[in-house]
Amino acid sequence: MATPEKTDLTCREVTELVTEYLEGAMSPRDRLDFERHLVWCSWCRDYLEHVRTTIELTGKPDYFEPPSPLREQLLEAFRDWKRKSA
Amino acid sequence: MQRIAPSSVDVANDAAVVAALRRGDENAFTALVTAYSGALLRLAQDFVRTRAVAEEVVQETWLAVLTGIDRFEGRSSLKTWLFRILVNKAKTRGVREARILPFSSLELDDDERVVPEERFRDADDMWPGHWATPPAPLDTIPEGRLLAREARTRIAEALETLPESQRIVVTLRDVAGWDAEEVCEALGLSDVNQRVLLHRGRGKLRAALESYLEET
Repeated sequence: MATPEKTDLTCREVTELVTEYLEGAMSPRDRLDFERHLVWCSWCRDYLEHVRTTIELTGKPDYFEPPSPLREQLLEAFRDWKRKSA
Repeated sequence: MQRIAPSSVDVANDAAVVAALRRGDENAFTALVTAYSGALLRLAQDFVRTRAVAEEVVQETWLAVLTGIDRFEGRSSLKTWLFRILVNKAKTRGVREARILPFSSLELDDDERVVPEERFRDADDMWPGHWATPPAPLDTIPEGRLLAREARTRIAEALETLPESQRIVVTLRDVAGWDAEEVCEALGLSDVNQRVLLHRGRGKLRAALESYLEET
């Protein structure tokens, strides 16, 4: 008797497996199924790009002016450290 | 705290920043402080009870950076090292205050999905479970919108509204650049739970980016 073909992943399933895929936590078999879906589904490739871009943007610095006492204390500490280490 | 314009110092260039700090360049120090103090303070507040203590932890972290910079070997990135110092200090303070992290009684809702059900086709469709409202390809979006400061800000705002356990994991992984193993160890999380929290947190950040990109 022939083994039934494993059903292809749906896009919904792909969106829930994205992190497992990016983390390299999939079995080789599951990875193959995932990548096979990506080959024919440009929407899921777009989704994956969204996720990758989100991760990249999350890692960029987010500049804030520290509260003024903290800023003053830090600058003072910095100058103090500089004097000592000179 | 007020968001300000990015510094002209490239804080991601570790070699240059470390060299500048070692020679006592105040601009480099200020650039680092403005780039990361917001995220450090937010994270410290998840570990300790009050904002005042969190500010102390951030201050102690920067002092430790100064006294330790000569010994910094660059085996990890400067940012990763910086957050490591903060988490160690914040955990010590948190333990002293008996602050309980959300991970000890973690309950994960199995039904939570990163993309709302209505964006996929119904069971009676020819292609059930496939996209009904797919995400827009990024190459159709004007490049300026992704590069704009606003894109980063929207993600940061979404990060602040995540459930605490997701926020801590996403901050350590994607802001601080830690690997999964280090996060699991620091938080006492299993591989699977770390991944689920990361997945759900990132999912919400992606949704925030998408809604920003859809605005015209």
